[in-house]
Amino acid sequence: MKTPIQFRLNGEEVAAFADSGANLLDVLRESVGDLSVKGGCWQGTCGSCTVLIDGAPRLSCLTLAESCANKSVETVAGLRRGADLHPLQIAFMDRFAAQCGYCTPGMLMAAKALLNRNPNPSREDVIEAIAGNICRCTGYEPIIQAVLDAARSGERRRA
Amino acid sequence: MTVNVKTFPRLADAASALSSERGARYLAGGTLVMRAVNEADPAIETIVRSTDPSLLHIAVSSGRVELGAGVTMAAVLAERDLAFLHPVARAVGSPAIREAATVGGNLFSPRGDFATVLLVLDATVMLVGGGQRELPLDDFLARRERSSALVSSIAFRRPAADALRFAKVTRVHPRGMSVLSIAAQLPIASGKIAGARIAYNGMDHRPVRAKAAERALENHTLDAAGIASALSVATDGTSPVDDAIASAWWRREILPIYLRRLLLGAVRQ
Repeated sequence: MKTPIQFRLNGEEVAAFADSGANLLDVLRESVGDLSVKGGCWQGTCGSCTVLIDGAPRLSCLTLAESCANKSVETVAGLRRGADLHPLQIAFMDRFAAQCGYCTPGMLMAAKALLNRNPNPSREDVIEAIAGNICRCTGYEPIIQAVLDAARSGERRRA
Repeated sequence: MTVNVKTFPRLADAASALSSERGARYLAGGTLVMRAVNEADPAIETIVRSTDPSLLHIAVSSGRVELGAGVTMAAVLAERDLAFLHPVARAVGSPAIREAATVGGNLFSPRGDFATVLLVLDATVMLVGGGQRELPLDDFLARRERSSALVSSIAFRRPAADALRFAKVTRVHPRGMSVLSIAAQLPIASGKIAGARIAYNGMDHRPVRAKAAERALENHTLDAAGIASALSVATDGTSPVDDAIASAWWRREILPIYLRRLLLGAVRQ
């Protein structure tokens, strides 16, 4: 049985038919066509599918898609503005914070949720923010430094 | 796998559907049920959910706290009057998990850190389905697998400032699953412990009271000598299991160590 679902994805209204009981991750990738969000475990363990729902970080694999009706969903595909990458994306490149890159979309969205709420985070705040996002390549340190860099660049822009 | 999804504006209607639909499971935050759905658990044929606003209700007075079952860990953390629960809510998973995980759902979790603290707070559970009724949390946890009623809210007396102690032992920092967790409330009268309540998570298939340790603390001082007998019976009545997080043996070995630290104030999260 298919269920119609409507929500805002990265600021644009989208409508799709999804299998009843489908999770948001599968609907984004298979019904909407947003392949920027990655699935790792489908158990809520790895964090690679992290998106923002109404501004809060959520694991799309554990989110019933139809519970997102009329809500705002943000994925990493919506981070950049035209040709301009988001400061977090730039910092991730500069700090070599991605190797295989599979965790990166989830890491970026977890970090964005942090910076939206706390533009000047401490190192501990960053560690806490990405605590649910597993990276098997980098050892985390470049990611932590990238998020702190992005926060500092945001501070400079605001100054 | 496709499952039916039935959404009800009223919790009472969701409770009726839960007891009448075949293979029905109630969906709260999704951290347990969506995982099972994703694994194509054949026992789940219908997801029942409710948008009843009463589920999100938080009422805090000087003496009593009532939390709707759908209140998330993030909502607990956003409530200044619930500061005594913040260390516990913060211990439940990552920020994304805390946005989804609910107080009611934690009562069904195999790693119920929050439920363990509620046990120490002598919480009662309000149930809907087959008539409204209130049950002590301990009784509810003992029969949770057999219950088809829905939890609508959880209530408890507000503890005195700094009376609540909580420690979580995990192998992954900062936010891993519990090897075990311990909660304690230790009222002191005339320099002696009077009416201690201690609960463990990870030492049985559900959060349990540490009644032997509680009895051994009664009328003792809260110092190394006073807690010695409680530590010697710390694991009495527990039945930890081997799982992917830790062995039952290791849980028994480390429990008295962390209980000692908690009682003496060396661990306070």
